[in-house]
Parts: sequence; structure tokens; C-alpha cells
Amino acid sequence: MNVRVQEQDFDISAEIAAMRAGNPKIGAIASFVGVVRDVNEGDSVATMTLEHYPGMTEKSIATIIDQARGRWEVLDALVIHRVGTLKPTDQIVLVIVASAHRGDAFAACEFIMDYLKTQAPFWKKEITPQGGRWVDARATDERAAERWEDVKK
Amino acid sequence: MIRLLYFARLREALGAGSEALELPKGVDTLARLRAHLAERGGAWAVEMAPARNLRAAVNQDVANPETSLKDGDEVAFFPPVTGG
Repeated sequence: MNVRVQEQDFDISAEIAAMRAGNPKIGAIASFVGVVRDVNEGDSVATMTLEHYPGMTEKSIATIIDQARGRWEVLDALVIHRVGTLKPTDQIVLVIVASAHRGDAFAACEFIMDYLKTQAPFWKKEITPQGGRWVDARATDERAAERWEDVKK
Repeated sequence: MIRLLYFARLREALGAGSEALELPKGVDTLARLRAHLAERGGAWAVEMAPARNLRAAVNQDVANPETSLKDGDEVAFFPPVTGG
């Protein structure tokens, strides 16, 4: 289990290869990559700056991974989240979950991402032609996380 | 002393990212600390007002208004998160 918050980009192929190496129990790997869009709330986005709370961010993601492990068979998990200034088409976040079977890998990957969006202390500021603006939290993200409360393993 | 941290939109509005504060007598919960900071007036009164949707953490764990405070704590206030 691994959590990294970094400015550098990441390579999904290298990360999956590293996770698979030497672990014959893995039968399924699910992954998610979040990417910067060029339009948000109807305005074009030139760049985006991500701020975080060093220490708490890593701790909260580790807690989310632990919660996923408590609900599904997770053999390994990795979350990489970038901070600093990013531009459209840049990768922001990577989640990789390894399990014996696909059902657990898919569900745990989506759960980790849904909880990360509503729990992990990151904040996005977009630079648009109108200037800088902090991104507002979305009710749809809250609902995406809440639906897991009713899902029993 | 406690260490106070402010993030994102809140940090910009207050013009401060962190400060050290001697906990005044009677300021022993997160709600009381927030009310104490609001008494500074100006941007503090606006941003720390009860109606403002702020989140908080004590020693890097999510906290609620009733969370108790003690000397040496790290207390953070921030807007709802928007990562991912």
C-alpha cells in the first residue's frame, strides 16, 4: 500500500508493472487516471494549481485505502496525486488496485477515488481568462461518496 | 501555544497561511476557537462566521465543533476539499 503526493508526472505502465512483479496472487488490476480538462463550469481553463495539506493529505488517503481493504479483497493499492501547477491534458491523479478478482479491484478503485474527492485535503484553483478562481466542491461528488454507505460487501 | 493553519481560498482571504496562538482562557473547543478568531473583525469575522462552510482538522484528523483543544495542538481551517 503506497501513497505519494508529488509535483512530478507519473507513468501508469511502470507503476502497474512494479505492483505485478513477484506477486502471483494478483489476478486483476483496476486503475483510474484523472486528467485536467480545458473547460470547467463553461469557462476555458489555462492552468490549474493544486494545493494540499502536507501530512494530513497522505494520512487521509492511507485511511481511505485501509477502509477499502476492510471492505474488499485488496492485495495492493497505490495512489499518486500531483500538486503544483498543471495544464489541460496533464494527469492529476492515479489509483491502482490489485486483487485476486476483478469485482473487488473495480469496486475498491472507485471507492478510493470517490472518498479521495470528498475527504483528502486538496484544493484546486483554476486560471481562466477572467482570472483565478477556487473550484467549488460539488454535491455530485458528495453523493458519489455517500452511496457507498449503503453498499454492503 | 497552538499552531494554526489556513488553506486555499481561506488562506488568501485572511492573508495568512499559519500562525502561533496562545489559547485564551475558556477557548477549549474548536467552536470556541472559531468564535474567538471571528472577534478579530474584518476578513476574520466574514470568513469565520458560523454560516461559512468551513472544515477543520486537529492534529491532522478531521474535527468537529465539539473537538477539544489543548496546548501544542495543530489546528487547521479550510474550505471543502476539491482534489482528484
